[in-house]
Amino acid sequence: MPFPHDPILHALVLGVVLCSALLGVTSYFIWFERKFAGRMQGRVGPKHVGWEGLLQPIADAFKLLLKEDIVPRAADKPLFHLAPLLAVVVALMGVAVVPLASGLVIADLDVGVLFFLAAGAMTVLPTWMAGWASNNKYALIGGMRAVAQSVAYGVPMVFGALVPVIFAGSMNLSEIVAAQAGGHWFLWWPPGPGLLAAGIFLMASLAEGNRIPFDIPEAESELVSGVSTEYTGMKFGMFYLAEYVHSLVGSALFATLFLGGHDGPGPDLLALQVVWFALKTMAVATFILWIRWTFVRLRSDQLMTLCWKWLLPAGLVVLMVAAVWARFVPGRTA
Amino acid sequence: MEMIAPQHGSVSAAGPRVLPRANPYLDIESYEAEGDLMVLNMGPQHPSTHGVLRLKLWLDGEEVVKAVPYLGYLHRGVEKLLEKLTYVMSTPIVDKNDYVSSMTNEIALCMAFEKLEGTEVPRRARYMRTIVAELQRVASHLLWLATFALDMGGALGGGTSVFMYCFRERELILDLFEELTGARFHYHYHQVGGVRHDVPTGWDARVHEVAARILERIPEYEQMLAENPIFLKRTRGIGRIDVGLAQELGLSGPNLRACGIPFDLRVLQPYAAYDEIEVRTVTAEGGDVLARYRVRVQEMRESLRIATTLIDGLPGGPIMGRKPIETPNAVRPPAGEAYVAIESPRGELGTWVISDGSPKPYRAKIRPPSFHALSALPWLLPGTTIPDVIVILGSLDPIMGEADR
Repeated sequence: MPFPHDPILHALVLGVVLCSALLGVTSYFIWFERKFAGRMQGRVGPKHVGWEGLLQPIADAFKLLLKEDIVPRAADKPLFHLAPLLAVVVALMGVAVVPLASGLVIADLDVGVLFFLAAGAMTVLPTWMAGWASNNKYALIGGMRAVAQSVAYGVPMVFGALVPVIFAGSMNLSEIVAAQAGGHWFLWWPPGPGLLAAGIFLMASLAEGNRIPFDIPEAESELVSGVSTEYTGMKFGMFYLAEYVHSLVGSALFATLFLGGHDGPGPDLLALQVVWFALKTMAVATFILWIRWTFVRLRSDQLMTLCWKWLLPAGLVVLMVAAVWARFVPGRTA
Repeated sequence: MEMIAPQHGSVSAAGPRVLPRANPYLDIESYEAEGDLMVLNMGPQHPSTHGVLRLKLWLDGEEVVKAVPYLGYLHRGVEKLLEKLTYVMSTPIVDKNDYVSSMTNEIALCMAFEKLEGTEVPRRARYMRTIVAELQRVASHLLWLATFALDMGGALGGGTSVFMYCFRERELILDLFEELTGARFHYHYHQVGGVRHDVPTGWDARVHEVAARILERIPEYEQMLAENPIFLKRTRGIGRIDVGLAQELGLSGPNLRACGIPFDLRVLQPYAAYDEIEVRTVTAEGGDVLARYRVRVQEMRESLRIATTLIDGLPGGPIMGRKPIETPNAVRPPAGEAYVAIESPRGELGTWVISDGSPKPYRAKIRPPSFHALSALPWLLPGTTIPDVIVILGSLDPIMGEADR
């Protein structure tokens, strides 16, 4: 650990540095998404602000900051102002327990997975706050959908995340990474349950992050802009930012749980570990983008059917198989 | 409440059947909701109401109890305008009716005037009319597919990808029209007695090129949509129109053909050059959103075939059937009336003109297929949820410029 003697100082310094870095990475992730989507659709994406549009995120942020901040007269003001702020904070919380390299983690909690899932489940709070406080029918419907969706998909997400926990015998993310050392990633080892759990986890985290095909709380073709309908300027920008941070942190957790985190070939250097971790996270994030720009949206009741009738039973079965495997098959599992 | 039947759910095998219909005249006071009813005004400013349609929805939770469409937000008084303009001046006005299919609007109006006057259109001009009408049909269906995918997949997602692909191909057709007429959207290509521009050199080869490229790419859209389980789940069995209702409401075009009725004016009363070419009417069973999608995609292929076949056999001769007009007031059709209906991309587009012998029509009436399609909404929407409202509305392919005139 960089600051072995003072855990609070360690968490503070690393937390500020990592969160700032993550926000920067996120704005360039948005640039990357726009480029990526442009290529998929036969366009070029941002091109004119800076070389290949690299200054576009900065220009966008300035534009959002300079916009008029409109608050509906009938809005519930405190909640209305608090919701976008809380959205970003809650989205950033998950990063606290994800190890970027061995020892490079803000808080090396023994219940890291639990903390992350709890933080993920909290994202519904600002969404519902915004939906309620806006005093707008579209926002209210969006908020209602968000609550239903988040409550439903939290369950299969837990099942998906528990499979690596069973194999590693720990909820500490650093130990889960250590258990996958040497390329024995839980995605394919042990064969079967890991892959299924990864699929369930990915789908559930897409739903929690409100990404297509599960973005029904926003559903701009139906609900105008869902919960963020009444938000303008930087407040809207913060919801946008929170969504992307959530997506990136979710990808980071996926990489940690199923792709061995910072484990990779090469010398055991801190910098190389960070590179491996970043590469895996970006691979997962790009996969999510690929899904996003290919699929159309599910209907809200079909979304619920998918969760309760398919993902939940499948998650239970995978969890049972994993438990039996961990108990009776000798090998690298705890 | 038993009048309101849920529209979603499993679909039985195709065949003659009477679907349970919702009651569009439901007295909202008599309805007992679980909680409070929410009245949602969807539109006229809404991303998915295809312009300025306003839907008043009574919602019980997310389920629609009653739906009333309000039209007229794009009313520009076109029919009155036609009474105020001479026969020569009116063609570009109707361009703006169905603004994604200007060519067919012009044809419908010009044919009504020609019938009134008794003007003969030369064979070459009739061929040209048919070719541009079919190309326009492809462009219009591409735009429909694009916006329909947008309705399904959102402005930031897979829907946008299909949207971009369709617009890329539609652009090719607009380029062809630009080369032919000088305009990309409102052409003023047709006039009473024929067409205004002859084919530029090499245009026929480019039509073949464009047709080949679009034909090559239609399977790509099908891969993204019709082979996607989510798309099928969203469209199959949704917004089913039974044959009886479709006929009662005067539906036409792909909306009617998706109910299994081979009603196609190009075949039933051939006009322009349709009597010289075989038109295969595309129908589908089911009357649901998926059937309407299938009909339109298949029609694109069929239209491209017709256009390329006709351009190969384009006869020589004049493109105008009468002498150039000296002054606008010189055209005075005899007193009488004429009704002409053609198959626009959206269905039966009719024009009814009454002449009193003066240089201006006494009355002109346009029968827009979109208006009739929208009248199905109060029957289709109750029992569905908001996402289906958007999908059903999009599948009817309404153009508000035409419905409101």
